[in-house]
Amino acid sequence: MNYNILLAGFGGQGVLFAGKLLAYCALISEKEISWLPSYGPEMRGGTCNCSVCISDEPIGSPLVTEPNVFVALNQPSFDKFIGKVKEGGKAFVDSTLVETKCDRTDIECFYVPATQLEADNDLPKGANIILLGKVLQETGMFTDEVIRKALEKIVPPAKAFLIDNNLRAIGIGRAQ
Amino acid sequence: MKGNEALAEAAMRAGCKCFFGYPITPQTELAAYMAKRMNKNGGVFLQAESEIAAINMVLGAASTGVRAMTSSSSPGISLKSEGISYIAGSDLPCVIINVERGGPGLGGIQPSQADYWQATKGLAHGDFHLLVYAPASVQEMVDMVIKAFDKADTYRMPAMILADGLLGQMMEPVTFPEIEQKTHDKSSWAANGHKGQREHHIINSLYLTPEELERTVVERFAKYDTIKQTETDAELYMTEDADILVCAFGATARVVKSAVNEAREMGIKAGMFRPKTVWPFPVNELQEASKNASQILSVEMSMGQMIDDIKLALNCSKPVEFFGRTGGVIPTPAEVLAKIKAMGGNK
Repeated sequence: MNYNILLAGFGGQGVLFAGKLLAYCALISEKEISWLPSYGPEMRGGTCNCSVCISDEPIGSPLVTEPNVFVALNQPSFDKFIGKVKEGGKAFVDSTLVETKCDRTDIECFYVPATQLEADNDLPKGANIILLGKVLQETGMFTDEVIRKALEKIVPPAKAFLIDNNLRAIGIGRAQ
Repeated sequence: MKGNEALAEAAMRAGCKCFFGYPITPQTELAAYMAKRMNKNGGVFLQAESEIAAINMVLGAASTGVRAMTSSSSPGISLKSEGISYIAGSDLPCVIINVERGGPGLGGIQPSQADYWQATKGLAHGDFHLLVYAPASVQEMVDMVIKAFDKADTYRMPAMILADGLLGQMMEPVTFPEIEQKTHDKSSWAANGHKGQREHHIINSLYLTPEELERTVVERFAKYDTIKQTETDAELYMTEDADILVCAFGATARVVKSAVNEAREMGIKAGMFRPKTVWPFPVNELQEASKNASQILSVEMSMGQMIDDIKLALNCSKPVEFFGRTGGVIPTPAEVLAKIKAMGGNK
């Protein structure tokens, strides 16, 4: 297992949370792991991204500049990073918010109308996790069992109801 | 766990009872973590009115013999520099954390290593040094904070953790080791109240007689000589047969390690030397690591500062090149690899 994952979108879309969920899945699976956020003056509406490295070997540079898994939650992130995806890599795009299609033939690109699905299924702020469901489906990175364990670790007890919502979002993403 | 939080947790486990700080990106999570937990731990967390106040509170707390700490980022460390000189001149132990950001001036908030000279050579006025540890992972941040408190007490001097925004902000798995509680006897100097039972203990850095001041400085430098011989630490990675030795510390060393691995795959004999202590600089370790190297490369997130220590350590006996990014830009493994290839292109 050797994933260099870059997740990018607007602040408030849950980019860092989605990355953190993957990081905890990797931790539970006893992989080597690093999680690095962009920490500029991002606020709700600004651009935000997060590098997650998951590997069987110790992680060198934790900054992902050539992702083999790229998740784009908005148009500026798609435009900025789609050209950086490593040859043979996979890109996952929220097609409700990103109008452009990828013209590269050396990577696989998956389009999921995640923001639309979030509204259709009454999963507010769930687009990030819906898209993550598609990532998990196409890469086989982690099972739902591992996801549940990770969610139990990072969702505070007072918000435990969100665990099922997140798992439902994963399921919707997987089915796309 | 986030690097900044790991620093805070490790400090509390190491017996830090007083934390004084002032918020600054990218180290604020450290203070926030302390704020939540320090009081429950039976210690004091205090957000001071400024960096200058915070470091002088550390001076006061350390004078009483308790383990005290402050943390900041580059511009904040400059503000603390006067107090740090006073602490060094008073022979007080404490731990100072610098989660570096780009400079000079207010600079930026992205990672940097441009405070290397400041930390290792000229942090403030007067003849003095700090012990300076340079971690390269969240785990090492934990281990080095614990060590820094111990060594600060052993040598009665301030110790610094020289980290950067990348390490402070990133999350990695950590384990907290069992800490062997060494007791440091501070009864001969700590100004902790004596109820008329003993002589006054005076903590002071003012000596108006030049000969007396000279004597205190010379004594301190004798201690520094011991430290130079016993406290250096470095990681040598694939150096045994390395023809091109790449030197880097802190987060940059991780980028370099990736580049060295790629260079090896291409058949270039590259290796890495990473000082874990940047003062004292691991001179002997560098000489050992570079014994078979024909060229040296220093990679830093600055315009080139550690490169001076490399040249001094090797007496300029080998060519030393430099590659760096500054202002908060993090070098990529591809850039470092390109430089290594350019140096080894005809081999």
